[in-house]
Amino acid sequence: MSASLFRTVLARHGALAAKRSLAGNSFVRGKATLPDLKYDYGALEPYISARIMELHHSKHHQTYVNGLNSALEAIAEAEAKGDFTKAASLAPLLNFHGGGHLNHTLFWENLAPASREGGGEPDGALKKAIEADFGSFETFRKQMNAALTGIQGSGWAWLAKDKDSGNLAIVTRANQDPVTGQLVPLMGIDAWEHAYYLQYENRKAEYFEAIWNVINWKTVAQRFEKA
Amino acid sequence: MVKLNNLLQYFSLGQSSFQSTMLASNFTAVAIAVHTLPVLPYSYSALEPYISSQVMELHHSKHHQAYVDNLNAALSSYVTALLNNDIPAQIRLQSIIRFNGGGHINHSLFWRNLAPSETPETDPVASAPRLVNEIERTWGGLDEFKETFAQTALGIQGSGWCWLVGKQNGRGGLQLAIVTTKDQDPIVDEGMRPLLGVDMWEHAYYLQYLNGKTKYLENIWNVINWKTAEERFLGASKEEAF
Ligand SMILES: [Fe+2]
Ligand SMILES: [Fe+2]
Ligand SMILES: [Fe+2]
Repeated sequence: MSASLFRTVLARHGALAAKRSLAGNSFVRGKATLPDLKYDYGALEPYISARIMELHHSKHHQTYVNGLNSALEAIAEAEAKGDFTKAASLAPLLNFHGGGHLNHTLFWENLAPASREGGGEPDGALKKAIEADFGSFETFRKQMNAALTGIQGSGWAWLAKDKDSGNLAIVTRANQDPVTGQLVPLMGIDAWEHAYYLQYENRKAEYFEAIWNVINWKTVAQRFEKA
Repeated sequence: MVKLNNLLQYFSLGQSSFQSTMLASNFTAVAIAVHTLPVLPYSYSALEPYISSQVMELHHSKHHQAYVDNLNAALSSYVTALLNNDIPAQIRLQSIIRFNGGGHINHSLFWRNLAPSETPETDPVASAPRLVNEIERTWGGLDEFKETFAQTALGIQGSGWCWLVGKQNGRGGLQLAIVTTKDQDPIVDEGMRPLLGVDMWEHAYYLQYLNGKTKYLENIWNVINWKTAEERFLGASKEEAF
């Protein structure tokens, strides 16, 4: 999980919190917040419209952030009461909203305006790895689009790196299920209808073609090196 | 909808045999019917202002059509896989048939449980007295039912549908329930009958309501065809064979 996901929010009554903290009976809780985009809503035009970006970031992603915080709060409350059945019952909400927050945060970072880092092809070690595992960049791109097209309902497709083998793989996830475990997500494409419908309507194949023009390969390469 | 007079293809189904001259006696003809997009019983703009003409046109002519086309293609491949005794291919195709067949069934049910607002069909008390009576018995009132329906629908994580269903109880009656299904999973359980469904995929409302699906769920009651729901409840519905 990237460090930018959680920003530490100091308690409203800072002094009081600090005092309690000194007494050793309190902690500062990390709250999820909506990350700022590194580009304007209109910067991915004409491939992704400003209207889509605005709604997607300020409404949809915000809803996942809010949902994650309330799920965490409800779990903490249940935990405090020793009601572990209740805590466990909140797992699907945590997965959905936590996954939604994580996925979108990764997504914004692996996009960039076509006039800047966006588009083109990866180079260096990432390029070599893609060629080794998929044959060529073009084959990889086609397989990724086929995976996106095959999603039945809402979900995501990811380029991921297996931490153990070091191999690259294309995986899909339903709804907001995050890529976890030994797979490290390198690059994700949102296949929910809200990600493209205002601009592409039912023509999702056009969206899956267009988005390659705004993939930030620099970010993907950095994730690859770190994974 | 199935057009039995419009056969896609005939396949010969028989066990493989070395006695090729004897094959004819082992043959069974398999007819695959082509599914077609049902005609709407109202115009694309008839559900305005609650569901826009643009949403209806794309939803019916593009989305539903794609489910129909993909279902026909998958069924055709499935017959080939049966003929070839290709079990892996048969299993692979089952999820595609479930998804697209479900999409075809669900949308066919959906169009028929919608009607232009202000028509008699959209008046629950007048058009669905028996069903409304059972709804009141189950939820305490129509408003309570709608509230529960909305909360249930809003709980869907991803794409799916929210349904009012009747479940056969032990006494030969129907027990009402609100259920959600994911993606295009159809309600095909033995003893369970879909009475009315609301499409909660984003394509069903996004162009008009954007992320405001709560409003979509509020507004859709203006165009719910209670007459259809009553017929389904009473088991008197003349649904097309999907
Ligand atoms: Fe999204
Ligand atoms: Fe059909
Ligand atoms: Fe739909």
